[in-house]
Amino acid sequence: MTASETYISIRGVGKSFGAFQAVDDVSFDIGRGEFFSLLGPSGCGKTTLLRMLAGFEQPSRGEILIDGQPMSNVAPNRRPTNMVFQNYAIFPHLDVRANIGYGLARLRLPKSELNAIVDQALETIKLPGYGSRRPDQLSGGQRQRVALARALVCKPKVLLLDEPLGALDKKLREEMQLELRQIQRQVGITFVFVTHDQEEALTMSDRIAIMAKGKVLQIDTATRIYETPNCRTVAEFIGTMNFFDGVVKAVRGNEIEIDGGPLGTLLSGVSEHRPVTGERVSLAVRPEKLRLLKSAPAPGPNMIAGRMGPEAYLGDRSHYYVEAAGHPRRIAVATQKLTRSVESCVDEGQGVWLNWTPEACVLLPVS
Amino acid sequence: MSRLFRFDALFLYAVLYLLFLYAPVLLLPLFSFNDSIYIAFPLKGFTFEWYRQMAENGPLIQALQNSLKLAVTVSIICTALGLLAAKGLTRPYLPGKRLITGLLLLPLVVPVLILGIGLLVIARQIFEIPLSLFTVGAGHVLLCLPFATLVLTSRLEGFDRSLEEASLDLGESAWRTFWRVTVPLALPGIVASLLLCFTISFDEFVLAFFLAGNEATLPMFIFSQLRFPNKLPGVLALGSLILLFSFVAVALSEWLRRQDVQAK
Repeated sequence: MTASETYISIRGVGKSFGAFQAVDDVSFDIGRGEFFSLLGPSGCGKTTLLRMLAGFEQPSRGEILIDGQPMSNVAPNRRPTNMVFQNYAIFPHLDVRANIGYGLARLRLPKSELNAIVDQALETIKLPGYGSRRPDQLSGGQRQRVALARALVCKPKVLLLDEPLGALDKKLREEMQLELRQIQRQVGITFVFVTHDQEEALTMSDRIAIMAKGKVLQIDTATRIYETPNCRTVAEFIGTMNFFDGVVKAVRGNEIEIDGGPLGTLLSGVSEHRPVTGERVSLAVRPEKLRLLKSAPAPGPNMIAGRMGPEAYLGDRSHYYVEAAGHPRRIAVATQKLTRSVESCVDEGQGVWLNWTPEACVLLPVS
Repeated sequence: MSRLFRFDALFLYAVLYLLFLYAPVLLLPLFSFNDSIYIAFPLKGFTFEWYRQMAENGPLIQALQNSLKLAVTVSIICTALGLLAAKGLTRPYLPGKRLITGLLLLPLVVPVLILGIGLLVIARQIFEIPLSLFTVGAGHVLLCLPFATLVLTSRLEGFDRSLEEASLDLGESAWRTFWRVTVPLALPGIVASLLLCFTISFDEFVLAFFLAGNEATLPMFIFSQLRFPNKLPGVLALGSLILLFSFVAVALSEWLRRQDVQAK
């Protein structure tokens, strides 16, 4: 669901704090009604970018346009954006009702109308009757909802969310993810969501921008980010990824043959990166795309012999770590659990073989 | 229980210490009801005479009014200025922050005597301003401002900046944000600053002595009365009332503070 109509345009935006380059020449567009996530490790510049959208920071370079309007000289209180803060920033001296109605006060609505709007908002966030509570009487999840309602009653064109679910426990976070998505569909406004939690970004977003060290590395849908990362940093950051390094031996139509050294011959399907013969490349394979074999198969490409290492039990699946001769890192292999067997299917130290299809891997340049 | 009331050296020290602190203060109310103009034991009998005399003492009432006017004005001005200073000093990026802080707090370490002479010279010799309550007020603002700034800075320092950002984000101007978020949250600090400045100004003697001209403040009046032994019981009555008033004020503000803490 990539929105076609551009609503926010970020053009060559950079931000430095002294010598530190927080955001470095970033350009991209966000569509109207899109759920757009900025994902990256802490310190990657995602929050700074969000704060520039809100108007709390001014770009050192470049320009931000919202709905075609340049935002350079527009104060935060005059922007069509509202923000849900990381710590929620609920006003401690006001009760829930006054918090939610805060942004409406300057409209000088009649009291009955204001109350109706706030009651409606309390209904939406499933906290009816909480109007007279004080913020310190609310749980983390409830504060989060109040912050959301407070921003939404102002009817912003863009809602900015700065890691709003970070402080919640896992169960509640998953609930809120679904709820946020639902609310976004209902109100149909553009959401810009900052998170360092990849799972969160993958489940909720229409598109995700992966950021690192102030730069945007890749902007794509969740599935494309996961299945076809465009560089090693993205591949490493999202999920678990195995990398096999080698030198391109031949490029033949849909197949690229790679000399993996001690790993033997590796075959890759076509990826976005088009290598030339003799180039050093990385083959990236997800753990769930590797097949674990207990007996030696017929020799061929994409076949690695190794020794079973430790198992990481994750409940819904296990990651086995296989050590292959001549490969510096342990290789992660995911296995589905189709039975309730508590026994490990392979013993530690046992010889195993790994195998994958050329289409299962992504070919990346060595950066 | 026995452990709480062990009559050892430390206990004795504590008792003596408390006596030393409070006995002089408690002598005031005691002798203000004593039916004798001499401050001496044994007590002669109970009387309200000194309180009656005090109420009829025109110059005393005038001095009390002067001091109240002065202290109220000074505390309001200093708290307002101190709030603005604190707002600036607690900004995340402020070039020259240490220098500014140092300059703002300097009057704390300058002897009041020096300050008084300096102000007197400036007022009389340079600007030729007649001495009055206004000149005392100006001196007191100088004296109280560092206290107000300190109290309010410490209050605003523990302050979540994103609350002000949230207010701006929700469409309020910087000015309205100041009134709707900053001031209510700084309120305990504002009250503390008002009380502190009031107290400092109310019993300040040295600057007032230099700068008041013939508009005496209460401390000046009381000092002038000490020359007349028969006026002393009246001063004691006045002192007792001030004591009672400040006790009630402190108790009240403490009670308010605890209500606030409990509400959180």
